[in-house]
Amino acid sequence: MAALESPLPGTPTAMRNAFGNVLSVLILVLIGVLAFSIRLFSVIKYESVIHEFDPYFNYRVTQFLSKNGIYEFWNWFDDRTWYPLGRVIGGTVYPGLTLTAGTIWWGLNSLNIPLSVETVCVFTAPVFSAFASWATYLLTKEVKGSGAGLAAAALLAMVPSYISRSVAGSYDNEAVAIFALIFTFYLYIKTLNTGSLFYATLNALAYFYMVCSWGGYTFIINLIPMHVLLCIVTGRYSPRLYIAYAPLVVLGTLLAALVPVVGFNAVLTSEHFASFLVFIIIHVVALVYYIKGILSPKMFKVAVTLVVSIGMVVCFIVVAILVALVASSPTGGWSGRSLSLLDPTYASKYIPIIASVSEHQPPTWPSYFMDINVLAFLVPAGIIACFSPLSDASSFVVLYIVMSVYFSGVMVRLMLVLAPAACIMSGIALSQAFDVFTGSIKYQLGASSNSTDDAEDNTSTNNAPKDDVSAGKTDKGEEIVKERSSKKGKKKEREPADKPSVKAKIKKKALVLPLEASIVALLLLIMLGAFYVIHCVWAAAEAYSAPSIVLTSQSRDGLHVFDDFRESYAWLSHNTDVDDKVASWWDYGYQTTAMANRTVIVDNNTWNNTHIATVGTAMSSPEKAAWEIFNSLDVKYVLVVFGGLIGYPSDDINKFLWMVRIGGGVFPHIKEADYLRDGQYRIDSEATPTMLNSLMYKLSYYRFVETDGKGYDRVRRTEIGKKHFKLTHFEEVFTSHHWMVRLYKLKPPRNRIRGKAKKLKSKTSSGLSSKSAKKNPWV
Amino acid sequence: DLVLSKVERRIDVTSQIARVTKTLKVVNSGSESVSEFALTFPKFLGNNLAYLSVAPSEGKGKSKRTLVNLSVREADQKGLPDSISVYSVALPKPLSKGDTLTLEVVAAFTNVLQPFPEKITQGEIHLVMLQESAQYLSPYAVESQSLSIKLPNARIESYTKFENTKLQGSELKYGPYKNLQSYSYSPIVVHFESKAAFAVAEKLVREIEVSHWGNVQVTENYNVVHRGAQLKGEFSRLDFQARPNPRGASAFRHLLARLPPRAHSIYYRDDIGNISTSEMKSDSKKTELLIEPRFPLFGGWKTFFTIGYGLPLTDFLFASEGKRFLNISFGSPILDLVTEKLIVQVVLPEGSKDISVTTPFAVKQSQEIKYSHLDIAGRPVVVLEKNNVVPDHNQHIQVYYKFSNINLLSEPLMLISGFFILFITCIIYTRADISISKSSPSYLAKLQWDEVLATLQEVQSIVQKCLATHDKLEASLRDLSRTGDIQTCKAARKSTDSLLKDLSKELKPLLGFLQSFPSASHISPKVEELVVKEKELQEKLMAKHTTVVEGYEKKSSGRDIENRIASQQQKIIALRQEIEDLLEFIDEI
Repeated sequence: MAALESPLPGTPTAMRNAFGNVLSVLILVLIGVLAFSIRLFSVIKYESVIHEFDPYFNYRVTQFLSKNGIYEFWNWFDDRTWYPLGRVIGGTVYPGLTLTAGTIWWGLNSLNIPLSVETVCVFTAPVFSAFASWATYLLTKEVKGSGAGLAAAALLAMVPSYISRSVAGSYDNEAVAIFALIFTFYLYIKTLNTGSLFYATLNALAYFYMVCSWGGYTFIINLIPMHVLLCIVTGRYSPRLYIAYAPLVVLGTLLAALVPVVGFNAVLTSEHFASFLVFIIIHVVALVYYIKGILSPKMFKVAVTLVVSIGMVVCFIVVAILVALVASSPTGGWSGRSLSLLDPTYASKYIPIIASVSEHQPPTWPSYFMDINVLAFLVPAGIIACFSPLSDASSFVVLYIVMSVYFSGVMVRLMLVLAPAACIMSGIALSQAFDVFTGSIKYQLGASSNSTDDAEDNTSTNNAPKDDVSAGKTDKGEEIVKERSSKKGKKKEREPADKPSVKAKIKKKALVLPLEASIVALLLLIMLGAFYVIHCVWAAAEAYSAPSIVLTSQSRDGLHVFDDFRESYAWLSHNTDVDDKVASWWDYGYQTTAMANRTVIVDNNTWNNTHIATVGTAMSSPEKAAWEIFNSLDVKYVLVVFGGLIGYPSDDINKFLWMVRIGGGVFPHIKEADYLRDGQYRIDSEATPTMLNSLMYKLSYYRFVETDGKGYDRVRRTEIGKKHFKLTHFEEVFTSHHWMVRLYKLKPPRNRIRGKAKKLKSKTSSGLSSKSAKKNPWV
Repeated sequence: DLVLSKVERRIDVTSQIARVTKTLKVVNSGSESVSEFALTFPKFLGNNLAYLSVAPSEGKGKSKRTLVNLSVREADQKGLPDSISVYSVALPKPLSKGDTLTLEVVAAFTNVLQPFPEKITQGEIHLVMLQESAQYLSPYAVESQSLSIKLPNARIESYTKFENTKLQGSELKYGPYKNLQSYSYSPIVVHFESKAAFAVAEKLVREIEVSHWGNVQVTENYNVVHRGAQLKGEFSRLDFQARPNPRGASAFRHLLARLPPRAHSIYYRDDIGNISTSEMKSDSKKTELLIEPRFPLFGGWKTFFTIGYGLPLTDFLFASEGKRFLNISFGSPILDLVTEKLIVQVVLPEGSKDISVTTPFAVKQSQEIKYSHLDIAGRPVVVLEKNNVVPDHNQHIQVYYKFSNINLLSEPLMLISGFFILFITCIIYTRADISISKSSPSYLAKLQWDEVLATLQEVQSIVQKCLATHDKLEASLRDLSRTGDIQTCKAARKSTDSLLKDLSKELKPLLGFLQSFPSASHISPKVEELVVKEKELQEKLMAKHTTVVEGYEKKSSGRDIENRIASQQQKIIALRQEIEDLLEFIDEI
């Protein structure tokens, strides 16, 4: 408003504009700092270390990249994992994250700033969340102006859902992918608003980066066509839309096909078909508009019938080809994860390995509150704000939020995609609400200050229409607002920036609220924001900062650290032969290869179900059969995670049913029912003999009873069923301090004595092991 | 020739290092003066000799012992059997006939305590074996000698017994023997339990980085192995936790590092992260760091870790004769640790010159360049290498170099200029017109468009001013209703009228200007509309004003006036709304 009232044209306006710009740049820098520093709780509370499972793999790949260079990286065949199959890392990994971190590391080192690869990896995620919040600013600014942009950026900087995936150390694809996602959307909207081919090209490049970074790029390549279709259907077709879409599909697909892990999938799989279909449609529509332009209305009608008939034929052929293609591929051209998005029950029915991952489960209601907190309430208001007036850009964000809400409802992991949409919507909502309230206050204060002596005016705050014209923009009123705005923090400091101000004035006229009401509402909004900030800081500090390889517990005599995982990985890496093979459930595969540098049988990249099923079968078989399976796989050590002594709930016994299910899915002699007593999973004296004789049970509870004399399992809260037993084919070689990780070595086969060999043979031929031997490809 | 009139040997085997202290009384019984003295060891000991120092001690008083070490070198074995290693000591002054000299010899041997049996289970005790000679092996005749072996306070499995062998507590004594020939030798074997930690660093890299900003940063990378009897069979955590003493006695859990006083920013980690099991005690004399490896080390087990700490520069850096020198200890601060291969890298600040090193014993020296924080020329690194290092080597080394303080500022200045250049480029980029072709249509169109925008802004500001004057008019009306001063009100009207006229005059050329641009064709109608609307609003306002003033002149009631202007008022509001809409539209351009 300042700009409008300036007595002199030119300089003051320019000054104020510049001031507004500088202020918003400053606010953006602060938002970046906020986004970075709120993610440092994990470093401060724990240490600068890579977190969890997948980040360890990415870290290892980055180490390889920084050591051996990019060409070696593309050709890397990793023989440390999936023994004896190995894995072609260069062709099966989304390289965006590793290349990003590798480039940062290389850049810093060529400037002689000696940061270790680990440090770079740890801090990549926080840095990129700062970028992501800036991208959110840009996107929201395109949709609803810079005020909303700043609000959305501030919200995104600390939204818990995103923090959960991007705390320092959480070196995962999502860390950079969310930035790439938002930035791609921004460039799409920017192209849509400007119709500039320059931005369209940038958009394709951003899309390429997204394809490099994360499998979630299919979200983009489906959402944008949907929006294009929506625009066409609602009669919003324009050349700008064409420029925004057509180059993206052509360039984007070509670029995507360059990424080895995507390759020809970019044109072959069903996830991408929507974009091609819409590509055809938009050309048809463009042609129609063009013809409409050059023909007279009469001729146009004739042409329409012609084109429609030809178009129908073409469409029919294309659809037929698509259907044929889709039908010819086994899963209907859809990958398992995508299918489970379309049909939420798909995974649990057909692919237990996808269903067994907790982040692929549908979220619960509390997790929405936990992850996006008050944004959940602001989103509807934002959607309403987007409809007044509805532009191309705002219709896009509405579509975005609707789709992401659906996807987040299917998989808890995709809550991450919802978070930026929720932030944008809430940013818009907050900004509009602040505009309305501050506008009302300013108007009211302006009115009263203008006629302080006027007796009539003091009493009548409600006769708004009359005062409307006369009130308002005296300098005094403005000053008051400015003072207030500076007090109320950054969300309103952008008020002096002139652009939204005019809008605010309109709003003010349309919806002038009483002074008290708007002050109260403002206070409530600020409180809401404060609660959000408090929640986010709490979530960042308490809920999402644990690196999960180090556990802590607060007891009366201070902080207790459980560092068992690294203890045993360190033991493995220093005290076993460098080529020894370690078998464990696939959860620990990445960590074992990265931290212990030992070859594993299966890891978290669950690409070979049969192999995982083999390990699952071994774990659920009796000792002898398990020994044979493991021995056939060259395994020397078996690693089990056991939480019964200290009460660590996510141990192997609790995951055991998934091993049985996955194993049973491939080797039918493993039956889930054998491990359940009346449909209940138990390990106490009521447990089935199959359960009590399984390798997992034995390795977990070997000599456990001697700790307290009863064998009380603190996770299952019961005494174990089989207490005293000996291992014949395995020997304990290492158990960590809190017993969380136990390592066993396969005993070498005994020399065959005549009588004994016979006995053994008869046993195996009758027992389960012979079956498994037949089924198991490695025997 | 020389004769040893008295030899006392004390062997301390309470730790993993066999530390031998000898007092030799040398008498020159020959006719010529002698300036060299030969020390001999059996080969199996000589090969494991880690440290040897010989000092003359004159007189018997303990306080008189001088600390000057004599130079010792490995001598060639002329005519001696292969099973003997010889070291020759240069005497401080030639020993003339009949003179006596007392020499104090300290020797430390590693790997001479052989674990036997070589593999034990978790529950067994750790037994080691020492081989020595009960008689002093010397090229000279020995008149009187004795040997005492200090064993750890634990079980003694067996030892070689002679008639004058005595075991007193944990001290084993052989001798005294009188008048023995040169090269007399009688092997003894002692087999005993050792509770010492057989911690050996296979490789230790100490990096000492000097920063003239006030810090000496020490980083030490240890590859530690337990060199005792190897563990065979299972390792049971249960046994280890429940009965640690019998079931894990051969393992060690802790290492104690005695760091220099005022050490700060201490960390203890390995390549997969921080190791949380460490404890630090510090006072003004020393800093003690008790570190516990991730897992207890049994025989044959290995581990790797890094310790780092900062030290105040003033404690270690001194100046002498225009040069600076760093005076810092050579070996590892961990007690009772044997280092098989020690590499000390002293990283001096960038720009150091004339580097020289003095060490109290022979080490392998070389120089490297290290590039660290924003270096251009790199930092000179003095690399010192030594094999088989024992705690006795923990003596100070001096690194001399020249360094000018101006070099300190180079890196901050570089940073400052870097940022300065960055900002300057930003300023130039935003200010400068960097389009390639100044005559291209798009460039011209852009220039034109800029002009259009500027004009638009002017129009806007004028309209705003008009609106402000309108407000003043309204204000004057309100004043009227309060004070009833018709004259002032009229005057206000007049002044606003003239003001508005001026403003509309100003507007006219702008409008014409705007219309002349083809690129502004879609804007100019809107602007024209705005101007027209504004004019209308002016008229309406004037009319209203006149009506109200007239009403006051006629002294009609307020309600009456209000009724009369009601319709006008509505129109004014509508017009005003339209103008604002238009303004907003223009604004969005």
